[in-house]
Amino acid sequence: MKHGKPFAVVMFAVLLVAAPLFLNAYQVDVLNSIGLYGLLALGLNLILGEAGLFNMGHAAFYAVGAYTAAILNTRYQIPILWTLPLSGLTAGLFALAVARPVVHLRGDYLLIVTIGVGEIVRIALVNDIFGMTGGANGIFGISRPQLFGIVIRRPQEFFYLIWGCVALTIFLFLRLKQSRFGRALNYLREDEVAAEGSGINTAYYKLAAFGLGAAWAGMAGTLFAAKMTIISPESFNFWESVVLFMIVILGGAGNIVGVLLAAFLVIGLPELFREFASARMLVFGLVMVVMMVFRPQGLLPAGGGRFSPVTLARGRG
Amino acid sequence: MMEAPSGVPGRSAATATPLLTLQELTKTFGGLTAVDAVSFAVEEGSVIGLIGPNGAGKTTVFNLITGNYRPDRGRIEFAGTSLAGLRTHRIIALGIARTFQNIRLFQRLTVLENVLAGCHYQMRGGILAAMLRLPFQRREENDAMGRALKELEFVGLRQQALTLAKNLAYGDQRRLEIARALATRPRLLVLDEPAGGMNEQETEALIGLIARIRERGITILLIEHDMRLVMRACEKLVVLENGGKIAEGSPEQVRRDPKVIEAYLGTEDEA
Repeated sequence: MKHGKPFAVVMFAVLLVAAPLFLNAYQVDVLNSIGLYGLLALGLNLILGEAGLFNMGHAAFYAVGAYTAAILNTRYQIPILWTLPLSGLTAGLFALAVARPVVHLRGDYLLIVTIGVGEIVRIALVNDIFGMTGGANGIFGISRPQLFGIVIRRPQEFFYLIWGCVALTIFLFLRLKQSRFGRALNYLREDEVAAEGSGINTAYYKLAAFGLGAAWAGMAGTLFAAKMTIISPESFNFWESVVLFMIVILGGAGNIVGVLLAAFLVIGLPELFREFASARMLVFGLVMVVMMVFRPQGLLPAGGGRFSPVTLARGRG
Repeated sequence: MMEAPSGVPGRSAATATPLLTLQELTKTFGGLTAVDAVSFAVEEGSVIGLIGPNGAGKTTVFNLITGNYRPDRGRIEFAGTSLAGLRTHRIIALGIARTFQNIRLFQRLTVLENVLAGCHYQMRGGILAAMLRLPFQRREENDAMGRALKELEFVGLRQQALTLAKNLAYGDQRRLEIARALATRPRLLVLDEPAGGMNEQETEALIGLIARIRERGITILLIEHDMRLVMRACEKLVVLENGGKIAEGSPEQVRRDPKVIEAYLGTEDEA
């Protein structure tokens, strides 16, 4: 991001910050959706993009976070934003528990298991597990979030909350990428045997990737619950996991800017073409096919760019 | 700091316990006995070659040493510690580093990032330290980069630090693997066909590199088919055939051993 990366990124950021000033409520709400999917996709990117672990059940972690927040808020009157760390923790621990026995599975096998986990969670929620999730109707009456004494209710206000979280996530994940932890995930993706053979505890890092990516999904779940005030199992179905998977692959697995760009395209474009209602999914599918044929590595593929000649000089001495 | 025993077999064996000992090591795959009761020792500071025809079980021995496979029987001891049941990354941390027969680099990462993998286990910064960029984390990252660059300098790849590993020439990829292994600060370096696919000059340079690694006090165990390299670089050879050890000794002794000649050339009545 730092070293002479396109001017376009900065311009885009400025434009985005000012967006609520010249967009209507509906348009801002679309941006909010993009932000939420962006957060989820950045979390999934750690698992799928950086570590190369096929996870097609990310919506399960999203659901665990959203329900944790909703239950804590509606039953115990804990302010919704306060539940952020706890939702993240719950989703993270849940991910560790389910990933522990299956994470050694390779590629497509892991994919199938994670699809299963996603479905199990959704069905458990429909069946009103622990008598706390409200079944198919879900949970309603989640209170509005409050930040610095301001009650957040309008899309414009949510916009700054959500995109503030996205900005913080980008900042933290870029730092993570530039570290021992971030590199370890990449070693895992590139060659697991060589990674283990270079002294990296691959089993640990696989779990850590799942835990952290899921924790982020959990926190995104809190924001979702706060935004909707009603949550139900249908918000966390298989299609959500597929869309997130698609965003990461389309954007360029392991590339933060690429993933956000893909979130704009995958979530934003169908909204733009709402007039064509019935045809838009067709067009969308066509675009995906063309994309996979001509640019399978994604819009902005990862790779290189972690160190510049400038940072190299720091290592001297 | 460690004086290399200059090709005098038996000297270091007499003075200290060996760095690595294999005892009656056996590994079977289904009905096939890939390694059959193999025993030998690697003295500290020496360069030892493991040779034999294709399919003799050499790479399997390496995979047993580095914990990629578990032995069915037998013991492996490194510097007085049994390696039984240890996972590979733990064995690396004990001081054994390896390269692979069919080069295994992190292809889409830079040369520098590849070498930093070797520094990984000597660092401790986790998720939070990285996100908060704690002072110790910055320091260890800079130190690691310094060490990685030094290893690249050592193998002669410093200029390519920011090149993607997949874009390196074949011989350079082999040297990068060695640099990555050296970054783990090994006491024993295990090289699986380091000269495989190299031309004459590259092999010559490799022999020089092996000598310089040895000067650093690192013990080397290598598999190699290039007999010029083996004869010049190693002071002891262990010969495997069909999973079993058929000879052990100095290159001179091994070269004259009838069993070794038979294994490589076949007997007369066979032809």
